[in-house]
Amino acid sequence: MSLVARHLEENGIPTVIIGAARDIVEHCGVSRFVFVDFPLGSPCGEPFDSDMQSRIVGAALDLLEGAEAPRSTVSMPLVWSKGETWKDTVFTVEQPFLSQEQVKNWEARKQRYRDQKLQS
Amino acid sequence: MDSVRYMNRIRDYYLSQGYEKPYNWAHFEDVPFANLEKPLSESTVTLFSTSDVSIRRKDGDALPAAETTVGEVYSVPWNTPTEELYSRQESFDRYATSLDDIDSYLPLNRLREFVQAGRIGGVTRSFHNINRGYSQKLMMEASAPAALAKCREEGADVAILTPV
Repeated sequence: MSLVARHLEENGIPTVIIGAARDIVEHCGVSRFVFVDFPLGSPCGEPFDSDMQSRIVGAALDLLEGAEAPRSTVSMPLVWSKGETWKDTVFTVEQPFLSQEQVKNWEARKQRYRDQKLQS
Repeated sequence: MDSVRYMNRIRDYYLSQGYEKPYNWAHFEDVPFANLEKPLSESTVTLFSTSDVSIRRKDGDALPAAETTVGEVYSVPWNTPTEELYSRQESFDRYATSLDDIDSYLPLNRLREFVQAGRIGGVTRSFHNINRGYSQKLMMEASAPAALAKCREEGADVAILTPV
């Protein structure tokens, strides 16, 4: 996603990323980034909390207007309402990120991509 | 609590799962930056995500190839009723959250509200999905130009991107 944002910027389209993986986005380097310290899957706010979602999207609009230089990050002062234990458990052996069936789907997608490449 | 250091966490996790070659995350020193050409209240906003959102189809109806091919960027009309949309994405923290509320990762309704309030000029005809892949080359050579073409086709002045 960061690579796409960079390409749009290079071609004159201002962008803002709303995301949860701060280290990955900032390692790549993007123009504007609203960091939401929530579990992967909910970058724009907690499900069914439209006020919070408006606040986050509004911050992204503010950043589009307000940023004056690249690598502008705004960190939302929000804490996941059910606590932060997810930070200790995400991507751990105890809590496999994908189920076995999902891993199979993922492997199948990768294989399809390899086949696609061979054909082209 | 500090934010999760995903690059380290993901590397360790996949090593533990038997994948030997760690992923090499994209990294650049220089960062491009475009200025707004006009006020947001006069600008058309578009939206890209990796949430793999599709329109619900009847059982047995196949998904279009563009929606399942890695590297492709596909579009869905923004005015599709939210209840007809669903996410096929499996890569998210399924223990901590859900993808049941589309606006928590693809803020279609929230942005519509900002149009109504006059904060932004409008939204594009469609929102767009990037079929994420692990190949940075594919993302840079196929997905990124396709995303730019979507912006140009629909007159987007600015883009919001929401990686899931």
